[in-house]
Amino acid sequence: MTVGVLALQGDVREHLVMLRGVGVAVREVRLPRHLDDVDRLIIPGGESTTIGKLLGIYHLIEPIRQRVAAGMPIWGTCAGAILLAKTIADGRSDQPTLGLMDVTARRNAFGSQLESFEVDLAIDGIVAGTHRAVFIRAPLLEQPGADVAVRARLADGAIVAAQQGHILATCFHPELTDDDRVHRYFLTL
Amino acid sequence: MDKSTWTTKVGLAQMLKGGVIMDVVTPEQARIAEEAGAVAVMALERVPADIRAQGGVARMSDPELIARIKESVTIPVMAKARIGHFVEAQVIESLGIDYIDESEVLTPADEEFHINKHAFRIPFVCGCRNLGEALRRMAEGAAMVRTKGEAGTGNVVEAVRHARAVLGEIRRLQAMDPNELFNAAKVLQAPYELVRHVAETGRLPVVNFAAGGIATPADAALMMQIGVDGVFVGSGIFKSGDPARRARAIVEATTHYNDPYIIAEVSKGLGEAMVGINIDTIPAGQLMAGRGW
Repeated sequence: MTVGVLALQGDVREHLVMLRGVGVAVREVRLPRHLDDVDRLIIPGGESTTIGKLLGIYHLIEPIRQRVAAGMPIWGTCAGAILLAKTIADGRSDQPTLGLMDVTARRNAFGSQLESFEVDLAIDGIVAGTHRAVFIRAPLLEQPGADVAVRARLADGAIVAAQQGHILATCFHPELTDDDRVHRYFLTL
Repeated sequence: MDKSTWTTKVGLAQMLKGGVIMDVVTPEQARIAEEAGAVAVMALERVPADIRAQGGVARMSDPELIARIKESVTIPVMAKARIGHFVEAQVIESLGIDYIDESEVLTPADEEFHINKHAFRIPFVCGCRNLGEALRRMAEGAAMVRTKGEAGTGNVVEAVRHARAVLGEIRRLQAMDPNELFNAAKVLQAPYELVRHVAETGRLPVVNFAAGGIATPADAALMMQIGVDGVFVGSGIFKSGDPARRARAIVEATTHYNDPYIIAEVSKGLGEAMVGINIDTIPAGQLMAGRGW
């Protein structure tokens, strides 16, 4: 199995290191032809406006949509979660999105970098106990559709992880921790 | 819930990797930068080329300008404080922006001490010319480093020199016997624990960007191939003939830094680059990279 990491911008290396650590082959994806070699795809953290722009310029949006429609598992962390959402709130009006998960992503939902935080988080059906979740200028997920399973909420009830079949979205960054359980879970989808 | 931890400070810089951070002096320029795909903007009153041309004491920008630029974009906003001027840093932190650059581009406020960056909730990026300088800044709490290069020149030679110095010194540490690392720390004038960490991992513990003199897509890709994590472009964009196009071209070249066909494509017909300055024509007292220690 080869796992692709979308390498347009962001914390690509951290995902690659985590994936190599659990023993799978990896491939950086920058152009549509690179998708041919991968069985799964991770969209890393980064700036969703930048990644979205480059997805558009390099004609990656339709090929990724088609692969996911044909069953390819996909996971977005933070900016990646924003790009998976059907609707983006508080973004730029022209911001491109893959629109794969029936959910609204609210960008920078906590405010500036001074509001970035870490918290011990239960992730339903994905990790036993808790995961030390790292939120950096993070989004929140809202208005999940009927097919969307909420996987994690903050203490105030805000949704920070969700899954729709083989599509997984987390508002936090497991790749910045030493805990590879979310990566291992993604490989089972 | 723990806010402003070391992980979140370094983590924001991780999210900027593979991207371009652009100097802007107005909200309008900030929107052009965001539209072109910048991962963050540096809010300034004057770009380094103008600071260099106009002379005088360069200080923190007007807080009102920084706040207006912050309101105009959704991407992270950075602002510069003078080296050692911890009150400018306090003021910038109070504005709720995302990163402070303790920068040699401004006139230093303290010729002995840099800011104790551990004392702040906001993360800092600092310039460096070599590994020892990078590690000293980290010891003071910098969560990100960048080469100093020579800002406002449009000449990439100093950024290349500084990136090669940092990365070459890392490779030399990796080849050392553990017993030699104590002396290496002494020679580098850097804390032993950081020196050992770099020797063991072959990397800096924080993100390392290039800055100072990057003016073209090929310059950005050169720095990426040399081994930095991303680039700052200061005067190079808004001092050029067609800023929006050049900005987008530099963003694309930074992503596809290993693909000369794409770099060629995005470099076509970009219009005039900023007029560059040869480093050896700058009087020694006007070099910015020598500020900080």
